[in-house]
Amino acid sequence: MESIKDKVAIVGMGCTRFGELWDKDADDLIVEAAYEALEDAKVELKDIQAAWVGTMGQVTGATIASPLQLQYIPVTRVENACATAAESIRAAALALAAKAYDLVLAIGFEKMKDHGYGGLHPKYSAEKWHPVYTAGGTAPGRYALAATRYFAKYGLSQEEGKRTLAKVSVKSHHNGARNPKAWLRREVTLDEVMNAPIVAWPLGLYDCCGVTDGAVAAIMCRTEDAKAFRDDYVTIKGFGISIGPGWGKTKEDYDFTHWEETERAARQAYEMAGIKHPLKELDMAEVHDCFSISELIAIESLGFCPKGKAKDYIDAGTFTQEGELPVNLSGGLKSFGHPIGASGIREVYEIYKQIQGKAQDSSRQLKNVRLGLAHNQGGHPGRFQCGITIIGAR
Amino acid sequence: MAGITSYGAYIPIYRLKREEIARAWGGGTRGGEKAVANWDEDSLTMGVEAAINCLNAIDRGLIDSLYFASTTPPYREKQSASILAAGADLRKELITADFADSIRAGASAVRAALDAINAGSANRVLVVASDCRLPAPSSEFESIFGDGAAALLIGDSEVAVDVEDSYSLTSEFIDVWRREHDRYSRTWEDRFVLTHGYHETTVQVVNGLLQKGNLKPTDFTKVVIYAPNTRSHTALVRALGFDLKTQVQDPLLNTVGDTGAAGAMMMLVAALEEAKPGDKILWVSYGDGADAFILKVKDNIEKLRDRRGIKSHLTSKMALPNYETYLRFRNLMEWEPERRPQEEGSLNVLWRERRAILSGRGQRCRRCGHVQFPMQRVCMWCQTKDEFDEVRLSDKKGTIFTFSMDERAMVTVLPNVLVVADLDGGGRFYSQMTDRDPEKIEVGMPVELTFRKINEAGGIHNYFWKCRPVRG
Repeated sequence: MESIKDKVAIVGMGCTRFGELWDKDADDLIVEAAYEALEDAKVELKDIQAAWVGTMGQVTGATIASPLQLQYIPVTRVENACATAAESIRAAALALAAKAYDLVLAIGFEKMKDHGYGGLHPKYSAEKWHPVYTAGGTAPGRYALAATRYFAKYGLSQEEGKRTLAKVSVKSHHNGARNPKAWLRREVTLDEVMNAPIVAWPLGLYDCCGVTDGAVAAIMCRTEDAKAFRDDYVTIKGFGISIGPGWGKTKEDYDFTHWEETERAARQAYEMAGIKHPLKELDMAEVHDCFSISELIAIESLGFCPKGKAKDYIDAGTFTQEGELPVNLSGGLKSFGHPIGASGIREVYEIYKQIQGKAQDSSRQLKNVRLGLAHNQGGHPGRFQCGITIIGAR
Repeated sequence: MAGITSYGAYIPIYRLKREEIARAWGGGTRGGEKAVANWDEDSLTMGVEAAINCLNAIDRGLIDSLYFASTTPPYREKQSASILAAGADLRKELITADFADSIRAGASAVRAALDAINAGSANRVLVVASDCRLPAPSSEFESIFGDGAAALLIGDSEVAVDVEDSYSLTSEFIDVWRREHDRYSRTWEDRFVLTHGYHETTVQVVNGLLQKGNLKPTDFTKVVIYAPNTRSHTALVRALGFDLKTQVQDPLLNTVGDTGAAGAMMMLVAALEEAKPGDKILWVSYGDGADAFILKVKDNIEKLRDRRGIKSHLTSKMALPNYETYLRFRNLMEWEPERRPQEEGSLNVLWRERRAILSGRGQRCRRCGHVQFPMQRVCMWCQTKDEFDEVRLSDKKGTIFTFSMDERAMVTVLPNVLVVADLDGGGRFYSQMTDRDPEKIEVGMPVELTFRKINEAGGIHNYFWKCRPVRG
């Protein structure tokens, strides 16, 4: 087995605005993201030899071949629920490392807002559909199980627990408010978050990200070829993916207060990237924050702070833009938006732009970003699919 | 001789105050309250509760027949007793039958059970009566009807109550009815139907039985007579010469309501809870005629004291906050159409997993001993393949490990409480939580499993187990 650290580069990326894009269909989003990436890499579609598309639901590679008018090239559709996009990048990287192709496209998208209701389609779940076991289950309902347990385990009162979670969302909104492509570009106050209507106790409205429309694309090649496209390409330093057996909800040894799949995927990615102290070595992280509790537990499971200590680190401002390790500077899923199949590449997009010094809105630009981690997670507590991508400056 | 060897009952946890019905519709109130099935309950789920209650500490594998009596079976075509048998985890070699269409169906089923045992064709027959009749909103019946269930185990060994004699009459009299497409129970002018139906027939059946055995009213410790309402019941027992204060079993109208086919049996269970060896009980069920039984209580009655029965279920209750919640429970309005896709059902899945879904069974790994649910081919703990023994989880208690309360789920009454509960003896159960007060749920709370209706997806009643706070 050989590490593929630094063997694959990203030479172009594109990302649509995320949000309730009533006037755009999936084809519009795919074309917009793909063409921005092509222009960014200064290549043409005919140069792309193969493509991977991440999206939820029962569709094929034709879902991008049609709008992009791809001419009979290999296109593979991948899915890992909300961790779909990370897998799309990983599959493309592995094919490049294997020298099967020289220039490929990885794309992730979702058109969520043609349903007539908020949230996910009830059958879109990381869980095998079942007429009675899964009845009544929703993403917030399942994630809230972790929040309740976290509060109980670490002795946080409901008020303390909710306040800690609220700080996560206040930070996301603060970051997203200044990000031009983000969906919810509005600051929120701690009180607003604390007093918002409950979605699934203990999670309130601002503890939950909204699902949105959006698409994002990456053009990738082997690092040895990257120079031909641009000087400020980024390379993949490490990735990891872990799919749990998924029985946490029914197996007594699962504690609901750590993300085992995240820990396993992080271990793979850190080993490949040679990272020993993520808090010190990483310059930024984009963390899968479909819910405030998702981010809170993820920062522990990613090793950014000891277990049970997230509150102290959050209170100390460790993960703000000015902190030691800015987390979700983009606004996260919470404020940027969450098109299921797109979010993992969108996280990479933020790090890519930050490394290049091209963060949209200069007030968001970090100084000297060399290494960033994108954490992309599907499923729900006890049943996760986690993909982690670490990218860095050349 | 065949007799009653065990008893059980079930009363749903919710009560609707009659003054709350009067608040909604105006008019006076008789006072008191009635038991209202939760939105996820029907006659079948309540029947499963009563059956399990009755079979407390009795080997369920010994039951050889199950009769289910109700005027509100969930299916018009499709036997309920067979589903109830699966819910109560009874054996497959079982004679099942539904007794329906009459509020006397419970007593008819008891009669048939006694006959089967006396004829030697059965040893232990479980009779379950349950009803969940829907009264028309704002009707007289609305304040009277209640929901509940009772169960009697009929057998000829370890008999707790002998059946000494009985007498039956039939009557074509029409007093309460539903035609094929009637949603609500209908009736005629009450003075007519109560006088010539209930009163006349019940007097005849009681007098007939007394004359047959040359008995007089004072020979009975207790008289248990079905009651359509308090006034008619009082007039009847007085006319028959019983002493209202000392002899007459409370018909539960102020606490539960008229529970139709379950009514007479629930009253009998309440009487048996208080009965002493040597007591003589007159038990009368009315409807399309009447059945009267003379019962003699024996020493074995003392062995049946640990059941929740009527008394404990009566005190374990929660008030429905208002009449509007009742409308939601019974789906009595046309609601805003749901934009989200309808839930789907699958008979195939329900059939494949019937042992787990209906009988509440999980499995224990023969290699590592871990109890697990849902059933898998490969052990969740040690990855051994296909080496399991089935275990019944539906009778286990557990403790809440964590929970959430979802305000957006597609369920009839919000919030949808999801719980993860660790079961005593091993195994972790993830389910919806019912019969709960959202203010009182906490990590560490003791729970037990209850058989409930999940939805009607696919045009079928989808039943499964939920957690609820331990009752009583």
